[in-house]
Amino acid sequence: MAATKIGRTAAACAPLLAASCSAGAPSALSPGGPGAARVAGLWWLLFGIAVVVCVVVTVLVLWAVARRRDATAGTASGRRFVVVWGLAVPAVILTFTYLTGLDAMRAFEDPRDPKALTVEVTGHQWWWEVRYPASHFTTANEIHVPVGRTVHVRLRTADVNHSFWVPQLTVKTDLVAGRVNDMWFTANRPGLFRGQCAEYCGTQHGRMALHIVAEPDAAFTAWLARQSRPATAAGEGRQVFEAASCASCHTVAGTSAAGKQGPDLTHVGGRRFLGAGTLHNTPADLAAWIANAQAYKPGNRMPPQPLAPEQLRVITAYLDSLE
Amino acid sequence: METVTGARASAAERVARRWQEPPGLRGFLTTVDHKRVGRRYLVTAGVYFTLAGLEAVVMRTQLIAPDAGVVAPQTYNQLFSLHGTAMIFLFATPMLFGFGNFLFPLMLGTRDMAFPRLNAFGYWVFALAGVLLFGSLPFGAAPDGGWFAYVPLTGPRFAPGPNLDVYTLGLLFLGVSTTAGAINFISTALKLRAPGMTLNRVPVFVWALVVTSFMVVFALPPLNTANFLLFLDRRFGTHFFNPAAGGDAVLWQHLFWLFGHPDVYIIVLPALGIVSSIVPVFARRPIAAYSLIVLATVATGVISFGVWVHHMFAVGLPQLSLTFFSAASIVVSIPAGIQVFSWLATMLMGRVVLKTPMLWAAGFIVVFTMGGVTGVMFAVVPFDQQVTDSYFVVAHFHYVLFGGAVFPIIGGLFHWWPKLTGTMTSERAGRWAFWLTFAGFNLTFLPMHVSGLLGMPRRVYTFPSGIGWEPWAMAATIGAYLLTAGLLVVLGTLWYAHRRGPVAPADPWGGETLEWAAASPPKPYNFAVIPTVHSLHPMWDERSRASLAEGATSEARVLADGHLVLRTSELDGEPEGPLEMPEHSWLPLAGAGSLFLAVAALLFDRPGFAVAFGVATALVLIRWLWPREAARA
Amino acid sequence: MTTIDEITEPEALSSAPKGRTPSWWGMVLFVATEATLFACLLASYFYLRFLTSAEWPPPGIKKPELAKPLAMTGLLLTSSVWMVWADWAIRHDRRWLLRGMLALTMLFGAAFLGVQISEYATKLSEFTWTTNTYGSLFYVITGFHGTHVFTGLLMVGFTLVAALAGKFGRTHHERVRIVSFYWHFVDGVWLAILFSLYLSPRL
Repeated sequence: MAATKIGRTAAACAPLLAASCSAGAPSALSPGGPGAARVAGLWWLLFGIAVVVCVVVTVLVLWAVARRRDATAGTASGRRFVVVWGLAVPAVILTFTYLTGLDAMRAFEDPRDPKALTVEVTGHQWWWEVRYPASHFTTANEIHVPVGRTVHVRLRTADVNHSFWVPQLTVKTDLVAGRVNDMWFTANRPGLFRGQCAEYCGTQHGRMALHIVAEPDAAFTAWLARQSRPATAAGEGRQVFEAASCASCHTVAGTSAAGKQGPDLTHVGGRRFLGAGTLHNTPADLAAWIANAQAYKPGNRMPPQPLAPEQLRVITAYLDSLE
Repeated sequence: METVTGARASAAERVARRWQEPPGLRGFLTTVDHKRVGRRYLVTAGVYFTLAGLEAVVMRTQLIAPDAGVVAPQTYNQLFSLHGTAMIFLFATPMLFGFGNFLFPLMLGTRDMAFPRLNAFGYWVFALAGVLLFGSLPFGAAPDGGWFAYVPLTGPRFAPGPNLDVYTLGLLFLGVSTTAGAINFISTALKLRAPGMTLNRVPVFVWALVVTSFMVVFALPPLNTANFLLFLDRRFGTHFFNPAAGGDAVLWQHLFWLFGHPDVYIIVLPALGIVSSIVPVFARRPIAAYSLIVLATVATGVISFGVWVHHMFAVGLPQLSLTFFSAASIVVSIPAGIQVFSWLATMLMGRVVLKTPMLWAAGFIVVFTMGGVTGVMFAVVPFDQQVTDSYFVVAHFHYVLFGGAVFPIIGGLFHWWPKLTGTMTSERAGRWAFWLTFAGFNLTFLPMHVSGLLGMPRRVYTFPSGIGWEPWAMAATIGAYLLTAGLLVVLGTLWYAHRRGPVAPADPWGGETLEWAAASPPKPYNFAVIPTVHSLHPMWDERSRASLAEGATSEARVLADGHLVLRTSELDGEPEGPLEMPEHSWLPLAGAGSLFLAVAALLFDRPGFAVAFGVATALVLIRWLWPREAARA
Repeated sequence: MTTIDEITEPEALSSAPKGRTPSWWGMVLFVATEATLFACLLASYFYLRFLTSAEWPPPGIKKPELAKPLAMTGLLLTSSVWMVWADWAIRHDRRWLLRGMLALTMLFGAAFLGVQISEYATKLSEFTWTTNTYGSLFYVITGFHGTHVFTGLLMVGFTLVAALAGKFGRTHHERVRIVSFYWHFVDGVWLAILFSLYLSPRL
């Protein structure tokens, strides 16, 4: 395909960019699925055209400046030069660009796949509520998907506008107040793909990440089964959790905690991050987060918890055990 | 041309008596001289540029490394919101209006703007709007919803503080100034051109600012509507943007971008006009394909009203509408290509003299092209959806707005500094300023393309470590410091010239258009004799130049019987008769001041005071418009 | 004046300088930007209306009665006739006719506002601007237009006072023409509002 050929040439011109793609970043140029791959190809094509245009213009500027004509300046109108190079040639390039773009749009249309996995994502200031309607459970900030299967995401917001963006898998779709948006993507390799809210949504817009875990079918099915079960852990931690203010905002299925303001914590111990990507989910960070989340994500909706050290310890141990 | 004939000198003396303004503070507060108002616009917009630039320096410092704690997120959000709002509304447009105010009458060969008092009024309103917006920052009350202020984040439920009232009221207030300025530019260009200046002899800069002004007339109302409705939602409980009661959050986006995208060209077109003024002078030949460049300017203005949805490709609108707006967004780049190749043709066929203004123009062509090619990428729907609201778009529009507007503005300042202040700038310092700025600019914004492709969203107050964003953020911050240094050298060079620079002759560059026929700086009346124009480049054409020296023989163009300018016909520049112009007045300041107080009263929710000051404004207007003389016959 | 003498054709001396003035253009452009503002408001009206899948006006609000709006339309259109007459009068140096016609224009304009206020009194008992988006649109659009009529009244009143002070004559009548532009514009906008807010929900 011409696009890839130009893409390779362009890649050769830009060793910096090429190098940066493999640095473990959530890069649009190291795709984990066909949609993002299509856009990455589009980028290399557009980048190639852009480089050629910029080089031509720069060379012309430098040439005009460097050339010292002894004779007086010419007085020809120059109209033909402008019509050919400023109008005709760009028109051809732009028409080609437009048609390529139209073609690429199809990669993001509804694939009408009856086997698609539906995930409902609701944006909150500043975290992501994730529901698997077919399996009747809710989780947060971490979406597991099976490799190779179409994922249909229904996007809503509980408050202000947000935007769902996982560059390695899919382009952005906004979560718009009062509307429901649908989008589809497929992961074609296992991996952990980072995404982040891309529509400014207030104080902690900067810390509203989400992670997509693409895993083989078997692992995904097992995860789904685990998540569908209520929490089973018991003990002192659970009692303190239910008695303290935690339960008024958070839900742990299978207990009396049924708050709806904050993320569902039924299986929080199994998640990789806390506070929508703010901290790694280690016992120490979890305890620190519970004690004073404002220190890590100032302005977020979780107030500091005035817990005795022993209470904090048991609650942390309890939540950590919810896998 | 500097040999002043006796006839001309006596004409100058007679005209000068009619164009005096009071000295001192009173003169400062009451002046309506377009040159003083224009310079004032430039200085005030420069101050607001500095303030908004310092905000950017703080933001880049916060983003120098992951998880930095230079400013709190709440502060950061105010900084970036105010940075964008101020750069667009309080710097770019007023700065270019400043050039327009200073240059229009000079380039057109007349003595003032069509509405001199409205001009002064517009300045005071603009200055006070800046005071309102920047003054809110120390109180933590600056707008914090982004320059685009999307609802519902900015609505009554999620933004209960005063921050967004400052935004809506500040922009509505400023809109008065912008609209007044636009109407003034159009009327001046239509009615006050020197005799003989037919439409095909109008300088490109004038064309550009007239197109911009028409765009203001039609693009500002959507913004005003949006801000008006948002204010009502916030203050009076209406439901325009409230989905729960039948309103819609996307309506805001439509209204905002119906203004917002034309606004890009409102800013860029006059800047391109500055380039079209600089390039022919330093290529020593008329601009190539003049008619095409004018056509391109007009076409840009028209097409830009049909592309706003490319800011909303990720909102979830029907695919079919996206394909239409994608096509329009592609088409709007064609006129820009025409302009770029017109400058290139001018340079290639001319003999380029690389003085400082030309250096900025040449640098502009390179960086503007880079902003243009990434701009085309945003017309490609899936690519737009991938990089919109990421650092890639931050990079893109800074190439367009900093590269495409600030470079020409600085080039224009160097170009017209002799005319503005009567002093010459240092060539050597000018080169240093250029190369530092050019290097700093590219080091700041080129890496942002990469950050965006690597998945970094914009408007984030911090970012995590370990996901590959650090080196690019660090490079951009270092670039921002270098850029600041470059801009300081610009400022220092201009300031030094103003204070100690050598005296400038009337026409230091061998200029093309009529402003170079006036003294440096120009006398209050600009031209002792209104010239007649015989070509697109009157200063390079003997007949036009000769017309400036005919005092006694062309009494009709001396107009020394009053504070007079010559009115001419819209299309052909045929003389229609003299027009009496208003003189210095307190009314503009009084009107702007009382309107400002009315707005402030609304901000503090004091309707009684708002009505009182509104009535005061109306009284000023009545005094202003009262006919000066009784009807004869 | 010698200056005019040399520039213009001799016949031009008999009246004011030919051609349009900057003020003429200023008012035309001001009306253009104001008209765009109303276009945006009405576009918002139709946008929100067609986004609402349910009936329009929303349940609980009756379809608008037409008697008062049609009376208002009659008053405003008639006032425009007086305004045209006023403009004609002064160009033929009929100064008292000008004053009379300006006064009639004001009378009819004020009557329009009077009927509008009485209409609000009825409507407010049915719904307000906080009831729902329909209410917001109705009051803001008609109210915004009402303030324009009020502004127009001030302008016509200003012109009337100036006319009484003898400021206008056969060659000095541009302001009358310029004020009439604004007044006719306010009229025209009312027709658009009548169609959008009152007639279209009944179609």
